[in-house]
Amino acid sequence: MTTYVLRRLLWVLPSLFVVFTLTFILVHATPGSPWDESDKPLPAAVKENLARQYHLDDPLPKQYIDYLANVLRGDFGPSYRSVERSVSEIIAATLPVSAQLGLASMLFAIVVGVPLGALAAVKHNTWIDYVSSLITVTGIATPPFVRVSLLIVFFSLVLGWLPTGGWEGIFDSRAIIPILAIGLGPAAILARYTRSSLLEVHGQDFIRTARAKGLTETAVVIRHAMKNALIPVVTVAGVTLANVITASFFVERIYSVPGIGRQFVDSVSGRDYPLLLGIVLVFALLISLVNLLVDLSYGFLDPRIRYR
Amino acid sequence: MTTRAATLDAPVPIRRPASLWRDAWHRLVQNRAAVVSLAYIVLLLLIAVFANVVAPFPFQQQDLDNTDLGPGAGHLFGTDGLGRDELSRLIYGSRISLAVALVDVLIVLVVGVPLGLAAGFFGRWVDVLVMRTVDVLLAFPNLLLVIVVITYLRAVLDQPQGPLLGIIGSLDGITGGLLGVFIALGLVSWLTVARLVRGQVLSLKEKEFIEAARMTGAANGRIIFRHLLPNTLAPVIVAATFGIPGAIATEAGLSFLGLGVRPPLPSWGILIAEGVRNMRAFPHELLFPAVVLAVTLICFNFLGDGLRDALDPKLKVD
Repeated sequence: MTTYVLRRLLWVLPSLFVVFTLTFILVHATPGSPWDESDKPLPAAVKENLARQYHLDDPLPKQYIDYLANVLRGDFGPSYRSVERSVSEIIAATLPVSAQLGLASMLFAIVVGVPLGALAAVKHNTWIDYVSSLITVTGIATPPFVRVSLLIVFFSLVLGWLPTGGWEGIFDSRAIIPILAIGLGPAAILARYTRSSLLEVHGQDFIRTARAKGLTETAVVIRHAMKNALIPVVTVAGVTLANVITASFFVERIYSVPGIGRQFVDSVSGRDYPLLLGIVLVFALLISLVNLLVDLSYGFLDPRIRYR
Repeated sequence: MTTRAATLDAPVPIRRPASLWRDAWHRLVQNRAAVVSLAYIVLLLLIAVFANVVAPFPFQQQDLDNTDLGPGAGHLFGTDGLGRDELSRLIYGSRISLAVALVDVLIVLVVGVPLGLAAGFFGRWVDVLVMRTVDVLLAFPNLLLVIVVITYLRAVLDQPQGPLLGIIGSLDGITGGLLGVFIALGLVSWLTVARLVRGQVLSLKEKEFIEAARMTGAANGRIIFRHLLPNTLAPVIVAATFGIPGAIATEAGLSFLGLGVRPPLPSWGILIAEGVRNMRAFPHELLFPAVVLAVTLICFNFLGDGLRDALDPKLKVD
């Protein structure tokens, strides 16, 4: 077990290194900088100073090694766009907002998705199953920017119940629409997996044994079927994280949430390449860690699985 | 299943010979959601092909006296901030979405299937090379990769240097930025199918009929194309169908962010972005494109579900 964990941990490093190198090359091969967009072209001397400040005239291998050394110390360098804040400070300020939003969305997804899937499986091939599958397909198929737009139109403009944008912390009414818009995707994924997993478990012998013992249907489903059905559901945690991250790009942008997803989109449109590079690395680290946790959790959830 | 049991009792001795495809078609038409979705997609396809006939106005025609009209007689879906007819822009936008769908399927067939076949059949370093690439690219969210790549592409193609980039750049300009979207899509849309085909080939190539083919002296090429490829077709069709909504949504998302198709081309993503800007005053400008995009994506998903159940009930494609 310990050797497996260590080996899996060691695998994370090279894949992160590949991502780092590829993104670095891509970003540095990209022509242009935020300064040649401006209507008034900058004087050559100013451009030279800027290039020196950001070490753009160093040879590329030197830039690469310097940057790598800085990143390992947690310093992602200066941002092109923001004078007063470095990339690390921007990430430190925006990541917690997105983390709160993401965790709340995941919580919503679990609370809604798992029971919805379970209900659909128990009421297999009834209207409840069909309604649930319509909700599930809608959640999986609609892109987050459509979901958040429609939610704003409905809840903010038509009904007037909720504000049309902004962020005042996770316990404010402004958080409701972003949580719904981000959480519906993972909720649909969880519902689909819970349903199919539960249907698979339902035909197995230990369920028949549980019924034969005279247990109530509720006890059979919750204590015997669900417990076994949820193991494969855990495996989609990585998928749902990816879903949450990409949804945050759009939702935070449209709903004016000061999170890291919005910073990512702004760094793309503003050609703030150091910020772009830093955020991609943060996402890559996050995704690698979650995938690692998912792999390790199999053994705890299902004692039949042995690590080699 | 019930109909199958019923026909067993009925005295119908003469039956046309069943093939996989005919059986699948019968199962598909019994799935109501799939049939309705298929009808919608065919209709959308016709609208896209005959957009210049169906659309009441040219998509770029401005009418500055009639801006931001609500839905009404003259303009069924109203007009946008420049007085352009929303319905016509939606109709022309369907061309972009379906072009993306088509290219996505082409990439799956031309890149994903051959790479999966090669990885599964030849094994060794081919397998390692293809599958490691797939693993690394699949580890990260599609959209994240696509955005990083298209940021680079946009910068390179806007000021292309050298003959090859010059050609690609000018093609990208002519197509209004669509080529850049296709290249970025090409990076990610073949991944799942390559993995799927490889898995199929790995299990198929141990089967007796492959051994038999080999004993009759069939060359590798013949075994791959005559024996392995047809047997992987059903899962490939299902996976390709499920890939389409993802590709359409990716294009719309990129265009929404200003990284995809350039205005005045009316990509649904651009229409939604314009709608978001105006939603407080004129919510209908957001509502129509958002609903049309959502319905289209949902229909492709239902069709994929139907095809999966029809072609192989045990098959699982995510």
